[in-house]
Amino acid sequence: MTGTNQYVKDVATRGYQYGFVTDVETDVAPRGLHEETVRFISAKKKETDWMLEWRLKAYRYFVSLLKKDQLPRWANVKYPPIDFQDIIYYAAPRPRKQLSSLQEVDPEILRTYEKLGIPLEEQKRLAGVAVDAVFDSVSVATTYKEELAKRGIIFCSMSEAIQQHPDLVQRYLGSVVPYTDNFYAALNSAVFSDGSFCYVPQGVRCPYELTTYFRINTEGSGQFERTLIVAEAGSYVSYLEGCSAPMFDTNQLHAAVVELVAMENAEIKYSTIQNWYPGDEQGKGGIYNFVTKRGKCLGKNSKISWTQVETGAAITWKYPSVILQGDNSVGEFYSVALTKGYQQADTGSKMTHMGRNTRSRIIAKTISAGHGSGTYRGLVRVMPTASNARNFTQCDSLLLGDQCGAHTTPYVEVRNNTAHLEHEAFTSRVSEEQLFYCNQRGLSPEAAQALIINGFCKEVFKQLPFEFAVEATRLLEANLEGVVG
Amino acid sequence: MTLSTLVAEEQEVLEHYLRAFGALERNGAARDGSWVAALRRSAMARFSRLGFPTARRGNEEWKYTDIRPIARRPFQLPLPPGSPAVGAAELAAFALGPTGGSRLVFVDGRYQEQLSSRPSLPGVSVLSLAEALTSGADTVQEHLGRYADCDTHAFTALNTAFLHDGAFVHIPQGTTLDKPVHLLFLSTAHAQDTATHPRVLIVAGEGARATVVETYGGPSGADYFTNAVAEVVVGPGADLTYYKEQRQGERAFHVTTTQVVVGREATFSSFNLDLGGALARNNLNVAMDDERGACALRGLYLMGGAQHVDNQVIIEHARPYTTSRELYKGVLNGRSRAVFHGSIIVHKGARKVDAEQVDKNLLLSDEAEADTKPAFWIYCDDVKCRHGAACGQMDENALFYLRSRGLTEPAARRLLTRAFVSELVEGIASETLRDRVDGLVEARLSSWLGDDEAVG
Repeated sequence: MTGTNQYVKDVATRGYQYGFVTDVETDVAPRGLHEETVRFISAKKKETDWMLEWRLKAYRYFVSLLKKDQLPRWANVKYPPIDFQDIIYYAAPRPRKQLSSLQEVDPEILRTYEKLGIPLEEQKRLAGVAVDAVFDSVSVATTYKEELAKRGIIFCSMSEAIQQHPDLVQRYLGSVVPYTDNFYAALNSAVFSDGSFCYVPQGVRCPYELTTYFRINTEGSGQFERTLIVAEAGSYVSYLEGCSAPMFDTNQLHAAVVELVAMENAEIKYSTIQNWYPGDEQGKGGIYNFVTKRGKCLGKNSKISWTQVETGAAITWKYPSVILQGDNSVGEFYSVALTKGYQQADTGSKMTHMGRNTRSRIIAKTISAGHGSGTYRGLVRVMPTASNARNFTQCDSLLLGDQCGAHTTPYVEVRNNTAHLEHEAFTSRVSEEQLFYCNQRGLSPEAAQALIINGFCKEVFKQLPFEFAVEATRLLEANLEGVVG
Repeated sequence: MTLSTLVAEEQEVLEHYLRAFGALERNGAARDGSWVAALRRSAMARFSRLGFPTARRGNEEWKYTDIRPIARRPFQLPLPPGSPAVGAAELAAFALGPTGGSRLVFVDGRYQEQLSSRPSLPGVSVLSLAEALTSGADTVQEHLGRYADCDTHAFTALNTAFLHDGAFVHIPQGTTLDKPVHLLFLSTAHAQDTATHPRVLIVAGEGARATVVETYGGPSGADYFTNAVAEVVVGPGADLTYYKEQRQGERAFHVTTTQVVVGREATFSSFNLDLGGALARNNLNVAMDDERGACALRGLYLMGGAQHVDNQVIIEHARPYTTSRELYKGVLNGRSRAVFHGSIIVHKGARKVDAEQVDKNLLLSDEAEADTKPAFWIYCDDVKCRHGAACGQMDENALFYLRSRGLTEPAARRLLTRAFVSELVEGIASETLRDRVDGLVEARLSSWLGDDEAVG
């Protein structure tokens, strides 16, 4: 088993490849959180009164939670208390002038993307990919906009949406994740800097996989994105989100909120690759990724599907969920979460069945290595109104090394007897029988491990759009390097 | 009622228990050794600090079970009955039949010599705990209060504070008991709501083999609260089978905590049957404390009306090569609600642990609710753990098939429900017990689904 030991060592000690700081002049809010901070952000964004009011209500609610010490502590993650006054809540790259094309983007930023292996130029040429890049908190480049506009699809930054499409934003912002939802959702609602907005009109099938790359820059700045996607009746949209962040020593708080709304017969597919700085080998530094993601299947026959590949961040606290309100609606969640080093992940999904004949499916794969701690936490709730609801849940864990932990805490609440639910899970390491079989077929222990791990994740990866599937496989292989080779 | 008056009510109940404790101490009801008195006092102190776990926020262990109905009622300790308030008919309803084994009967928590039978078994102790405490058996002092955790569990602390009677079963090294030991706890109706705190200690020595049956019974239509704690020690290579039946009235409150320690190469098998109670909560904690220990935990609950049952099963695999098998099934009718909360914890270094956990619920009515949480906490890589949960209603196709073969609808439903639970019933090794459980299940299903045997 020397191969396995070598592999475990490699996984545990592998450094972060994407750690570097891009030097861009930033427009920074004073450190700390006060009502003035909220007003500053809102003013910076030239927001209307209702937006500011909403932010302030969220801010007051957040402060009340903070005063009552009602921080969410139920997750199976450990970290020192966060000083919310020691965070910079807004940092924007200073625009040199109004940008009209990709060539005008700060070359420094473009180089950052190139280093990440996702140059915009190439992305643009990749068939059917429109890119809306968020660098720190402000959108600096939006492509393919015109072609989307021809179909009536609105795809822009949240700031722009607030300016250009206030009615839509006002109608849907907070309709799925109200600011009272949880501690970090309240914080996000108060100080969100930017994010993406997408509106697909009735009957339109979005021809591109919409893509946004988020980067965190400026040491000590939190990033609070707000994303809202609305798919009108009979429409379809697939949205991809990929993340990576520079190597920093201080922990960075990231509290995003993503809201999806699907009307009758609409479908939204939301895919994430998350590869933020996980901290160093001693577990120092790294991103705190406390995210609220929720979709609402509002109309009949609507569908929302979440796919996530979580390999980065020091702490991940994230439960992409679906409220199945419309009859016959479908919710899906596919996840691969890898923890190594001292990473901790508490992630899973929540499916709330309200409408009749609603169906949901949860496939969660947890891989723990080094001193990593991975927890699957999920809830399937069938309300009395949800006749003939169906759910299938599978949450498996793979342990690579004797210092890591893998935990599973699924909750199943059934209040309708016509519901049919199945849940299964297993936890083990790569079995010796499987390894032996591969070895005797001529595969090295490392290749065998890689093969088995890839097989373990296959069900999730195959849900990703093609370009992302390739990237996800590469990412996992890179993270588990030493197995492959 | 406002929140503050409710909290005040809970505080009043806490003080009620403190007063009851003080009264007991003063009238010197206990003639046992000072170590027991010390144990009780520290448990009372602990309970008064803990209070009942009624907080709804962050109260994970009691997430789906609201015990405020217990916490807000000043249950009285029943006076020791002069003569047993239990007739032959009531006793027969719960007795095990002519097994020839030992039987200890407790009425309102007190041992009843005249209702019990204790055939002489060389070396084996089957006696009331009150007796064991006064006679000062060393084994009692060695084990009592050592496993059941008063520090964090309010109900265990409360039981320990009022620990006066119960059962002590000791099967010494190398002894095999052919006949089951039956511990029968009966509550009776009183003018006031009463609480009993029975305590059971079972010690199986090295290589011992035995079956212990614990039955909790009581009348319908009365409010009483049973707060039982059992500590079970399964010595190296021992094989202990433990059946617990809860058949109390539909207005009864029932909380039990069973703390089991499984030794090296020992086997512990349990079967937990819940039929009664308005609110029943079973905490079963099994510590796999030495290598190659094995446990098989099974549970069956049939709930109707507004009954609520909550099974919390925690298995701690502390040592390598330990295995566990867990299967719980429930049939829910009326507006009943069942909670299953299983945790399997594998400690660091506990290699080759093999654990399996399954909970399945059959919902017969559209108002019943099932909440299931099968959890794993695994800190070791070389393990095999699986869990499964399922919830659903009767298969309409199967029902149609049976109807097409000439069965009436009630008969078909009963047959399918019995098929659902048969895995558990048929797994009972002892024929006497299997027939007994089968009969109880059949009676319950007939009362729900009709007992029309005629071919339609």
